[in-house]
Amino acid sequence: MNMANDNGAIDIRNLRVWFGEGAARNVAVKGMNLAVGAGESFGLVGESGSGKSTVLRAIAGLVESWDGSITVGGESLRQKGRSKAFYKTVQMVFQDPYASLHPRHTVDRVLGETLQLHGFSDIDARITRLLDSVGLGGGFRFRYPHQLSGGQRQRVAIARALAPEPRILLLDEPTSALDVSVQAEILNLLSDLRSEMGLTYLMVSHDLGVVGHMCGQVAVMQQGEIVEELGVAEMRKLQANHPYTKHLLESSLGAIR
Amino acid sequence: MTELPNPAPKPTWREWLMTDAPASRRQARAAAWYAGWCAFRGNTLAMAGLIVLIVLILAAVFAPWLATHDPFAQDLAMRLKAPGEEGFLLGSDSLGRDIYSRLLFGARISLYIVALVALVAPLLGLIIGTIAGYMGGWVDIVLMRFTDIFLAFPRLILALAFVAALGAGIENAVLAISLTAWPPYARIARAETLTIRNSDYIHAIRLQGAGAVRIITRHVWPLCISSLVIRVTLDMAGIILTAAGLGFLGLGAQPPSPEWGAMVSEGRKYILDYWWVATIPGLAIFAISLAFNLLGDGLRDVLDPKESKS
Amino acid sequence: MSDTLLDVENLWVRFPTRNGIFDAVRGISFSLGRERLGIVGESGSGKSMTGRAVLKLIRKPGFVEADKMQMGETDLLTASERDMRAIRGRHAAMIMQDPKFSLNPVMTVEQQMVEALTTHERVSRREARSRALEMLDAVAIREPERVLRLYPHEVSGGMGQRIMIAMMLIPDPEILIADEPTSALDVSVQLQVLEIMDKLVKDRGMGLIFISHDLNLVANFCDRVAVMYAGRIVEVCEAGKLQEAQHPYTRGLLNAVPDLEHPRDRLEVLERDPAWREAPSVSAR
Repeated sequence: MNMANDNGAIDIRNLRVWFGEGAARNVAVKGMNLAVGAGESFGLVGESGSGKSTVLRAIAGLVESWDGSITVGGESLRQKGRSKAFYKTVQMVFQDPYASLHPRHTVDRVLGETLQLHGFSDIDARITRLLDSVGLGGGFRFRYPHQLSGGQRQRVAIARALAPEPRILLLDEPTSALDVSVQAEILNLLSDLRSEMGLTYLMVSHDLGVVGHMCGQVAVMQQGEIVEELGVAEMRKLQANHPYTKHLLESSLGAIR
Repeated sequence: MTELPNPAPKPTWREWLMTDAPASRRQARAAAWYAGWCAFRGNTLAMAGLIVLIVLILAAVFAPWLATHDPFAQDLAMRLKAPGEEGFLLGSDSLGRDIYSRLLFGARISLYIVALVALVAPLLGLIIGTIAGYMGGWVDIVLMRFTDIFLAFPRLILALAFVAALGAGIENAVLAISLTAWPPYARIARAETLTIRNSDYIHAIRLQGAGAVRIITRHVWPLCISSLVIRVTLDMAGIILTAAGLGFLGLGAQPPSPEWGAMVSEGRKYILDYWWVATIPGLAIFAISLAFNLLGDGLRDVLDPKESKS
Repeated sequence: MSDTLLDVENLWVRFPTRNGIFDAVRGISFSLGRERLGIVGESGSGKSMTGRAVLKLIRKPGFVEADKMQMGETDLLTASERDMRAIRGRHAAMIMQDPKFSLNPVMTVEQQMVEALTTHERVSRREARSRALEMLDAVAIREPERVLRLYPHEVSGGMGQRIMIAMMLIPDPEILIADEPTSALDVSVQLQVLEIMDKLVKDRGMGLIFISHDLNLVANFCDRVAVMYAGRIVEVCEAGKLQEAQHPYTRGLLNAVPDLEHPRDRLEVLERDPAWREAPSVSAR
């Protein structure tokens, strides 16, 4: 698949990410290649310590110690610093909605500041629209995070990510901290937003069920490497080649049945 | 108490403040303040501290009307009178000045010193600590070694050196105390910043393209300030005593100014025979220190963001 | 059932707050024999509070009220804190969600396991050590000798949880309360830990209260399932018949889980009926 030049959203070649230096150096991602086409929904699956979240952080610029190449929307990224245009293209939703909202800022302030940073002028109207688009009414606008439930917080976090009107969303286990019934609401919301706005998703999860529901293409990571990439249709039929993928599929089905 | 004769559909002030769904920025902020106030009010000891402080501030403001004597008027015939004698409510000192009146006017000086130090030192510490914590790398190393150098000196000695260099007087004493008091605040602010820096809400605002200055002042500061305020209130006693120490050495408030520390040191000579001369200003220092301590404890309960997460 | 290990009737857990009393658990009744009882619910349903209330581990200012709370011969309602300390561990043990927070970070596994044993029984250190080794072996830890010398940060999550299970089972309790014992673990480790726990509970004829948010997991590892909502039990059923559950809340939970093999375009969203809150609690005795 070589669409990186025309309509590829994310193209990663030979990515290595490490933490620490010298003897304490710990390589979290060991040379991976990944291509996500525009409009695709791509899942990155693995267990804790597999390096799946680290990949997202390297793309977003939150981890600076990496080499290889990352291209997003045709723009080749540097280790340090991202352009204004990058932040308008790529946004991220974090795992824990209890940790991703500033405890002293109201929803209004969170969204208002984001919009202001991106240079929008019609902030009031946009906040209202953003809250509507994530299924929160205006009644939530002036609440503090502690006055919101986990699902509502995650909706605010999604609204914040949508504020600059990005084309790519990096989703770092967006529902793993939530109850299943709330997870269903958030996943539905994410599906709706994707079809409405034509977004590209790169979603990290440990839950094969969630990835199977949300994504078209899935890569399985183990200890910093992609061991297998397969379409969701194959995954549903349990047609995996790599033993680790098989093991993952079996244990997640074991837990479901 | 706050019930207003409102028509039925209009919510009372209390309901307006207690709402979980504020309708405007103003209401959200007022409700947050009110919730904090309610939590604070529930803490009896902290309220006692607050009341003592308010009384002290009022006493300082209305000193000219509350005083029974001129705080500077000497009358050697009336020296060292016991409390209650000859119209001296709290006795008189070695120069026959009324201790009660001097205490009232001294409250102005002591509160002035405390207020100035409480503004300058934590602000300095906050700026240095949060920058060091947020930037990391060599900025952190340089700033923190600098802090360590200040921490390594005994406080009073360092303050003495500053006053000696700047000249005696209250303002210089305040400056000297501030310059010696900021390192602990810098350390606290840095420690807080280190935990805040790696939280997802800071990552999230970085992903919106926010710069370091904005993140430090708007996102890190509000979370550091509460622990600093608590620490400052707990340190107040020490600040007052340092000011008193400087006064005692003749480098702070100059006689005949009725600064409390200076009053204690003056009374020291007579402590065995005329206990009240040193004890009464000492009690005043004790009261204000205790009040600040209680207040600090109460504020910790209200302000600590870790506690207020429900 | 003559073999009732635990009998609870009309249990309430209450917390006084600024706006009145908050009821976390609202009058539930259940009993536990030598069986595996699952308690399922979402966060805030009161399931964890129920587990804690049984061992009287509700933190102040919260308090527990009940018509009856009987564990074997002991009446838990009148038991003093001292009695409770003796009961915890020897008669009933609890396994928490994250082993990282349950193990003492500055003590080796050996020190902690030996301590757990010596607080309840008079045994020599030698014997305690050999019992610890035996237990580690029982939870399928290879090289137990080596593991005994490790500190908690040196073991993985799955191993940490197995150590916790070993530690809790050393004094041979009759009741094990497991509060989300595997939700902090990876899926592939989860099954292993659960199977070990299951085997031990079966072999020793213990009673297990398995608290979890995961309906399907509970259905696999329990005999009976009580579904909690807003502090009450809304439905009790045999684990094998969970798929035939009647209550709309249970059905909603079952349908909200994305299923790899039966893909749907949209996940079913739970419509919460206010009437569920008020419906009387179903007894699980």
